[in-house]
Amino acid sequence: MYVAVKGGERAIDNAHAFLAEERRGDPAIAVLTVPQIREQLRLAVNRVMAEGSLYDPDLAALAIKQARGDLIEAVFLIRAYRTTLPRHGFSSPVETAQMHMTRRISATFKDAPGGQILGPTFDYTHRLLDFRLAADGDVPPAPTAPATQGPVPHITGFLNRDGLIETADRDDTPPPDLTREPIELPADRALRLQAITRGDEGFILSLAYSTQRGYGRTHAFVGELRIGMVEVEMDIPELGFAICIGEVELTECETVNQFKGSKTEPPQFTRGYGLTFGQTERKAIAMSLVDRALRWKELGEDFTGAPAQDEEFVLMHADNVQATGFLEHIKLPHYVDFQSELELIRKLRAEAAAASQKEAAE
Amino acid sequence: MTPDTLTGGFATPPTDSARAFRAILDALARPGTIRTVDGAEPPAPLSSAAGAVALTLLDGTTPVHLAGDHDTQDLRDWLTFHTGAPLVAAAEAAFAFGTWDALLPLDRFAIGTPEYPDRAATLVIEMPNLHPEGATLRGPGIKGSAYLSLPATAPFIANRSLFPLGFDAFLTCGNRIAGLPRSTIVRDA
Amino acid sequence: MTDQSYNFAYLDEQTKRMIRRAILKGIAVPGYQVPFASREMPMPYGWGTGGVQVTAACLTPEDRLKVIDQGADDTTNAVSIRKFFQRTAGVATTEATAEATLIQTRHRIPEHPLTEDQILVYQVPIPEPLRFLEPRETETRKMHSLEEYGLMHVKLYEDIARHGSIATSYAYPVKVEGRYVMDPSPIPKFDNPKLGDCPALQLFGAGREQRIYALPPHTQVVSLDFDDHPFQATKAPHDCDLCGASESYLDEVIVDDAGNRMFVCSDTDFCRSRREAGHAGRLTMQEAAE
Repeated sequence: MYVAVKGGERAIDNAHAFLAEERRGDPAIAVLTVPQIREQLRLAVNRVMAEGSLYDPDLAALAIKQARGDLIEAVFLIRAYRTTLPRHGFSSPVETAQMHMTRRISATFKDAPGGQILGPTFDYTHRLLDFRLAADGDVPPAPTAPATQGPVPHITGFLNRDGLIETADRDDTPPPDLTREPIELPADRALRLQAITRGDEGFILSLAYSTQRGYGRTHAFVGELRIGMVEVEMDIPELGFAICIGEVELTECETVNQFKGSKTEPPQFTRGYGLTFGQTERKAIAMSLVDRALRWKELGEDFTGAPAQDEEFVLMHADNVQATGFLEHIKLPHYVDFQSELELIRKLRAEAAAASQKEAAE
Repeated sequence: MTPDTLTGGFATPPTDSARAFRAILDALARPGTIRTVDGAEPPAPLSSAAGAVALTLLDGTTPVHLAGDHDTQDLRDWLTFHTGAPLVAAAEAAFAFGTWDALLPLDRFAIGTPEYPDRAATLVIEMPNLHPEGATLRGPGIKGSAYLSLPATAPFIANRSLFPLGFDAFLTCGNRIAGLPRSTIVRDA
Repeated sequence: MTDQSYNFAYLDEQTKRMIRRAILKGIAVPGYQVPFASREMPMPYGWGTGGVQVTAACLTPEDRLKVIDQGADDTTNAVSIRKFFQRTAGVATTEATAEATLIQTRHRIPEHPLTEDQILVYQVPIPEPLRFLEPRETETRKMHSLEEYGLMHVKLYEDIARHGSIATSYAYPVKVEGRYVMDPSPIPKFDNPKLGDCPALQLFGAGREQRIYALPPHTQVVSLDFDDHPFQATKAPHDCDLCGASESYLDEVIVDDAGNRMFVCSDTDFCRSRREAGHAGRLTMQEAAE
């Protein structure tokens, strides 16, 4: 007799209980705390904040724990939490020139005012497994240096003085908010940057890499990469001035791109821009390359058909929460559709067989 | 701002607006039917049905036009306090409130664009009376034909000729509401 | 019991207002896809987030909600969505089509005729019927605005040239009130005739693609076809093995290692109520005889 092959409430509840048990793992091993994740898996926390579009290291750490380390699942948890939060207001644009930097490098100048700061980077580590980390051990304190005082001007500013790089005028037009309005194409640069900064790191990385390999080549140098804390200010109408409401860690990347000029623009350097939450420099650099590739139209360049130049392709496929959901939804039952396909294939095959029999008989 | 500004909103916004929306939805989905919608007590001359439309659908992203005698300081204050909707001229309005005569001429209002016909205005026409009789209505939402006491027919016939562009309308009277989407084909009785 | 830590029906009021405005514009222009700022929901994109948002914007405390997936009330995702609204809106639920005031569905229209007092909300994965012919939104939007549907007819006609008939069996495109070509969501084409002149209001929500569209009651809906190849609603040429129904859409179930099949109604409520009324199919009669 036919037994429902369909899940029910009990199956779902049991699956959730099983998941909770698997998440905990061997109970003989100490439970992982949220502060441990926040402090010791900080780059994972940063990625979840960047792609979740919510700056909250504790919540991101909790999401990583809840997601069993699946970062896209953690991003999803943060997004679903974020979407129900009330909007109390909007911050003023952050001043990255005022950043308290922990890292700042330029590939285009050997030195510049403010200096180069390597900071906490993997760049020059030898990628040898460090077995000392497998054992517990305290780390000796790192040497310190006094913090730089006052604003540190951006390196692209020096190029700008000589007119060698395109100007980037201040624009106070309120940017669209893709979490509050449906994406409308063609998108302006503010909307594109918004979509890329919360886009999947792997997707943006691969697109950026494809431009380096010739699919929409933009000849990028890292003009400047800076990482550090910036203050977030908000105008309080009742007070009549802006107050600092907190600090966020940001990674900012400005690329300087070779440009031979076009029908509308003289030869000069052009810019790509990346800005992401936390220390997430792979993402910020990739973002600035993709940003530059997407600017072909306004710079009068040719569309070569490269994926990274294709705004609709990039914007509609960058979001890993959307992509994961739709990809994985094919796990859901589709037997109604499949049944109608079965009937169709049977019918077409029967017709084809009848036709070939008739042909053979003639 | 008068004390009335702060009152007259929904007592329990999540459920009151849910019920109001269902009445509004039903009215627009079935042209010719008249629904009641309760819970809003706006300052005069806005009817309670039109007030419920405002409370249910307006916010800071929906520019509103108050036509003629509806453009009072009391009503402006009430709408601003309860919905945050910016007050604008007819051409920029997503929603407009007023009597039929005050809303004329209708070609001032947005009718959408060929690619985005949804970017059209919704007119809330305050009526002295509202009955399921008069002009003949046909089209989506109507089984056969329906009837509604319209203030005029020619402007709605002209509006239908623009389809899929055109404005959409609600007719309100006291706590009663009827809908007239641009898709409805109107004929004289 | 409603979970007090969330707003009624989960969504915040501003989000509901935005969705409600989109629904009304969808009703005003039947078959046209209205863009809306879909929110991240606590279930994944592709799992009914569009339908859930439309349902959340329409529910009142007095509603009686039914949720089906593939026609069944007891499939896991239907159970999950029904629980979500029980928890966040505290609404009554039912499995009986006739008792429901709002039905959220994935891939089916119930067999029991719908009424004036009901709303049917469809979950839609890809709302754009032209998407598989033209992947760019900028292009398909232009095609709809110009009523340029030649490409769709060419595709269907190529099917006929190659296979002798139209090789689309679900998500079969329709034309609404002679204007917009619309995707009815991946319902089997067997269900297409129920779309037109339906007494209930039909709403369609596509969360990931950020689109809402609607069919008001008694709207004219025509499945695309050709004079010499008229549209045909098809189903498996069997009766239900449990309730004996000959006119319902059937699931094919493999019942043993030898690959034997049985055919049963995909609409579980329809099948159960028929059996309760004394109808029997091949297997039910066999069992009774044993």
